[in-house]
Amino acid sequence: MLHIIQIIVTAVLVLSGLFFFTTATLGLLRFPDFYCRLHATGKGDTLGTLLLFAGFVVYEGFHLLSLKFLLIPVFIFLASPTVTHSIGRAGVSCGVSPWEKKKPKQQENTP
Amino acid sequence: MKLFFTVISFYLCILVLMNLYRAIHGPDILTRIISINATGTKTVMILILIGLIYERVNMFIDIAIVYALLSFISTIVAAKYFLTRRSIK
Repeated sequence: MLHIIQIIVTAVLVLSGLFFFTTATLGLLRFPDFYCRLHATGKGDTLGTLLLFAGFVVYEGFHLLSLKFLLIPVFIFLASPTVTHSIGRAGVSCGVSPWEKKKPKQQENTP
Repeated sequence: MKLFFTVISFYLCILVLMNLYRAIHGPDILTRIISINATGTKTVMILILIGLIYERVNMFIDIAIVYALLSFISTIVAAKYFLTRRSIK
């Protein structure tokens, strides 16, 4: 009984982590600008990492190895916002202008 | 459960290929750096999944930690370079 609950919790955590990875990738592919893509991947990857590693810890069981498992999410939670901030500051320093929505052409066929 | 992890690692491989499209055709050099960073995060996941499939996690967790460190260092160095250079061209 406990084994089945363990497998179900692992599957739910891993699949929700994969959902966040998918949204991050879709944002990287579909968003129009450098800053928008940075916004999409910076958050989606961090949360997806945390959920996937929580699923792995539940699957493996709690012993000394899960301490090592927790080392990677802690490091990624420190590293990923640092990387995102640093690349964003490099973009501002290089003078990349943000994306603006083009105004629709005004229709001139007024009666 | 082994089949579940195998399917998930194949799905992550597809996501990595979609990221690499943006790394090749990216209109901007900074977009390519973002794409390589996201690829590094997903590669760490694939390494842990390989360890779970072969039931040898205590070896693959060390490789994953080293890969995460290397990916972080390389991205930080590229961002620092463009921060001091002040132009993309």
